[in-house]
Amino acid sequence: MYQWDFGILWSYRWLFLNGLGVTVGFTVVIVVLGLVFGLFGAFGSLSRFRALRLTALAFIEAFRCTPILVQLIWFYYALPILAGVEMTPITASALALSLYGGSFYSEIIRGGIISIDKGQSEAGAALGMTPSQSMRRIVLPQAIKRMIPALMNQSIIQFKNTSLVSVLAVPDLVYQSQVAAHDSYRPLETYTAVAVAYAAILIPLTIIVRRGEKRLAVSE
Amino acid sequence: MSDTTKIEIRALRKSFGSNEVLKNINLDVAKGGVVALIGPSGSGKSTLLRCINLLVVPDGGSVRVGDTRFAFGEGTRLPDVKALAKFRATTGMVFQHFNLFPHMTTLQNVMEGPVTVRRMAKADAEKLARAQLAKVGLAEKADQYPATLSGGQKQRVAIARALAMEPDVMLFDEATSALDPELVGEVLNVMQRLASEGMTMVIVTHEIAFAREVADRLIFMRDGVVVEEGPARQVIDNPQQAATRAFLSHFHRTGALPPATPAS
Repeated sequence: MYQWDFGILWSYRWLFLNGLGVTVGFTVVIVVLGLVFGLFGAFGSLSRFRALRLTALAFIEAFRCTPILVQLIWFYYALPILAGVEMTPITASALALSLYGGSFYSEIIRGGIISIDKGQSEAGAALGMTPSQSMRRIVLPQAIKRMIPALMNQSIIQFKNTSLVSVLAVPDLVYQSQVAAHDSYRPLETYTAVAVAYAAILIPLTIIVRRGEKRLAVSE
Repeated sequence: MSDTTKIEIRALRKSFGSNEVLKNINLDVAKGGVVALIGPSGSGKSTLLRCINLLVVPDGGSVRVGDTRFAFGEGTRLPDVKALAKFRATTGMVFQHFNLFPHMTTLQNVMEGPVTVRRMAKADAEKLARAQLAKVGLAEKADQYPATLSGGQKQRVAIARALAMEPDVMLFDEATSALDPELVGEVLNVMQRLASEGMTMVIVTHEIAFAREVADRLIFMRDGVVVEEGPARQVIDNPQQAATRAFLSHFHRTGALPPATPAS
């Protein structure tokens, strides 16, 4: 029987905290950037202009339909050769994860917008609103409420996806725990603790999301 | 340009795919006139109504409301979004399913057009909106959300919302068709009062008795063409075309309007 000894992890506490800080900070960056890409993707795919629609669709499908691990490696190793730009592992992985997340956010935002009854924008138009006025005043305020649970869900997935940046040697929680595991010869304790750390952050978040969904169901 | 004709539609055509829903429609509505459009479902009457404020863009012909005229078809350019918005601001529309904004209170619904489109100061818009709500008998519902109102109340708010833009023309798209029978009267009452105040109105309706009382002209459409038109009472009491007779035979044509608590 394996003798568990979590005590030895204590000496690596600063390493773990550092890693956790990078993971959380990284998540904030890719969620914010991802939402920006998502907005462009969503409005592009709903545009009146065919060229814009096709571009947005190509972006969404390219990133939705390839694995994020492949994208990370491709952005770091292949893109610099093709485009002639050097990227640090952090830039490459932030870009890849933001675009990947953005493709999913696009679909959530687009879905939220088209879920609003067409009569709403018609009523806006009948009052004399331009399409952008009715989007801003009528459609978006209703659509955002519906999008929030799905956006939160996708952001939770993004938080977990940051664990993949360790393959590019970005010093996140997983990367630092690899260091700790190699150093201590205690991989079981190390990775168990890492799993617990992710869950300890995400479980409260999922509870908040679920509450939000319930409140949404009541108000509709 | 005529002073007495408020709406003038010429040679209007519209197809959805291979389905031609409007075939060469001509329509004149006098200033202060009330025209009722009747006909079986799929006759094109709602599409015609939606062409008047260009919610549906015609394929050919022309539409004039007041001093603004748009022509459609080959060799014409579609009006840009700004011109369309400006044009629509002068016509009010009331929808079958109300289409109130659920995230706004009744008062905010009515203020929305004046504030966003006419750039009116909030305080002025609120005064205007409260006056319009009082006019449809719903002053005390100002701070409630649409979800808490009955169908008849919702539709009266929708009328107040359209009137807050102080339009020259009001378009009603089956405004009472989604209502429980006992709520129809309160909406028709508001519409009747509006007509008596001299509002130019085009009404798509199945309320034949109402059309007979309130409209001065009646147009019967079928399969995208005007089959018969004339003074409302004359067409309803004594239809000339077989198709009109067949359609009207499904309705009680006369009698008082449904009873309602007067909206004051």
